[in-house]
Amino acid sequence: MKQSHNKNHAALAEDFIKDDDHVNWHDGALWYIREKRDIASKQIPEWEALRETASKIKDNVISNLHEYLLQFEANLKKNGIKVYWAADAGEHNAIVYSILREKGIKEMVKSKSMLTEECNLNEYLEERGIEVINSDLGEYIQQIDNEPPSHIVLPCIHKRKEEIGELFHEHLGTEKGLCDPTLLTRVARKHLRNIFLSRRAALTGVNFAVAETGEYVVCTNEGNADMGAHLSEVQIASMGLEKLIPKKMHLAIFLRLLARSATGQPITIYSSHYKKPREGQEMHLILVDAGRTRQLGRPEFRDSLKCIKCGACMNTCPVYRKSGGLSYHNTISGPIGAILAPNLDMKKHADLPYASTLCGSCSNVCPVKINIHEQLYAWRQVIAKEGYAGNAKALSMKAMAWTLSSPGNFAKAGKAGRWFLSNLPFVVNNKFNPWYKQREMPDGSQDSFSEWYNKNNENGKKK
Amino acid sequence: MTVGLFIPCYVNQFYPRAAIATLQLLQKLRVDIVYPPKQTCCGQPMANAGFENLTAGCNELFIDNFSRFDYIVAPSASCVLHVKDHLHSEKNEEQAGMIRKKIFELVEFLTDILKVDKLDAVFPHKVGIHHSCHGLRGLHLAQMSELNAPPFSKPQYLLSMVKGLEQVTLDRPDECCGFGGSFCIAEEAVSVKMGKDRVTDHSKNGAEYITSSDLSCLMHLEGILHRNKSSVKVVHIAEILNATI
Repeated sequence: MKQSHNKNHAALAEDFIKDDDHVNWHDGALWYIREKRDIASKQIPEWEALRETASKIKDNVISNLHEYLLQFEANLKKNGIKVYWAADAGEHNAIVYSILREKGIKEMVKSKSMLTEECNLNEYLEERGIEVINSDLGEYIQQIDNEPPSHIVLPCIHKRKEEIGELFHEHLGTEKGLCDPTLLTRVARKHLRNIFLSRRAALTGVNFAVAETGEYVVCTNEGNADMGAHLSEVQIASMGLEKLIPKKMHLAIFLRLLARSATGQPITIYSSHYKKPREGQEMHLILVDAGRTRQLGRPEFRDSLKCIKCGACMNTCPVYRKSGGLSYHNTISGPIGAILAPNLDMKKHADLPYASTLCGSCSNVCPVKINIHEQLYAWRQVIAKEGYAGNAKALSMKAMAWTLSSPGNFAKAGKAGRWFLSNLPFVVNNKFNPWYKQREMPDGSQDSFSEWYNKNNENGKKK
Repeated sequence: MTVGLFIPCYVNQFYPRAAIATLQLLQKLRVDIVYPPKQTCCGQPMANAGFENLTAGCNELFIDNFSRFDYIVAPSASCVLHVKDHLHSEKNEEQAGMIRKKIFELVEFLTDILKVDKLDAVFPHKVGIHHSCHGLRGLHLAQMSELNAPPFSKPQYLLSMVKGLEQVTLDRPDECCGFGGSFCIAEEAVSVKMGKDRVTDHSKNGAEYITSSDLSCLMHLEGILHRNKSSVKVVHIAEILNATI
């Protein structure tokens, strides 16, 4: 898979920003979705109460996860669904493989599941001779381009229709230059229809798992989860431990919030409930930890597990809109990705909590009220303490702290901005200074306020 | 009522006219205001970079300088929010807690404490308001566009009292400018792109001036405006509220 190794968010974002027209289009497309979300949420007077309720329900879930998981497992079994527990990506992938191998299945269709992206399931199965086709159109496009999704709801939002036309020409034999979205979608539909009809196994993700009933709900707009599930003899669902809700009635809260937050729709076109295998069908459900219980043990970050993967924080984030999801070099990108990723690999993802201005818009759109921007700030403290913020930064921060901690040191540092000019990074006037590359310096030539004050006031009184 | 004036380090150095305007405006409104001379910085540059553990010195100094006042006022939403959220002290947590409650950004001090309902200011120009994120989402100086809640705007309310001033309507009234402290250096490309887009929103909607209660945002936007030789200028809201002909 195409991946940019060794470059941090800032460097990948800089590459993305080079094409100004493309960035403006990307920013505009996502802002349009943010505006649709605003309109949809403002049509519901009780919107803020819904968010608060959803947040509280998830509080309850993550505080009582143990009990809910056992209840869910018992109900799944009662319904005839086989249950598996996976501690990490490796275990998860091995379970899927063993299910398929037992049935002699060599081809599988998969609807959208960020968890299986996180586990690199496709690569794992392909190495073992099993072909996987992603049936969500956006994910399918990313798959034929050999690129990970850039957004959890809109996997190929960073691609323009012309690029997609080119990919279809190459992989599906469409006419060169064809980029009409409707025509391209028809071609994909026909192609995927054949896949659905011929695949014996279908894997889906899980949006909500109901502990009380042992059923799970998958939300799609394309109906692709149903197409796969209804035509398969083996149906597999992969879910993170945190996807539980206590009762079926709680869906009334979450289904109202999910699509409005994600795309501004009142609800997804399909909210498919899966509960029991059909006659002759097998259903398997894999509960995956993969770092979630570790995050649960971090008091400052446990609320990140409330996430229902709507993507609203990405659409509203100005940094995301201008840098693209792939610049986050993690399966889950954007603000939520930046608070989840350091839990998985702190060193590798040490740059992500810094890929934010801490503007706070993410926390305001979050349907389960995760304090995302406060967690970004908190991760920075952890990363600096663990020594992953970089030695140069640590040294300059120590010097800055020493000077600013004492009026004597501050005064000795010199008048008229001499200290600022050599210590605050944005005022060093040379081409190696990132501030100066595209911005002029502030004017430090005049008397400072304190100098003016000393000249114009005596003992705090005006002359 | 005695009020301590907190002038953040970079404002002291680069934007003395905003600090002077703040002082003069409060004096005009008959506030007994004192500027403690030994002040430096709130500690935010270190804390936002992840080095909150290095801010103890700044915190103690801040407490020494400001604990004696009834209120503390600063012309910078960002620094005020930092103090409100993160000022702590091992030696004197009680004083730290009191300071966290009695520090105010200038605009909210005028609207919420002084309850100003008229001003003698004159500023005959088209002005766009740039909401700093810390002012907006941290201090709630205005309603946030993400929420389903009734609109209000403290800076708009104050600017509506200024003679001759025409407020400009923006396409994205509360989008971040991309300054973000060390973000402006570490993520230079994104930071500048965000700043350019904010500047364009103001200029295409006819603003002659961009104003804000945060100079850090304005310093960043001014750097971009100057580099591009734009005629649009930045001005701190205190300078407008203190302006006469």
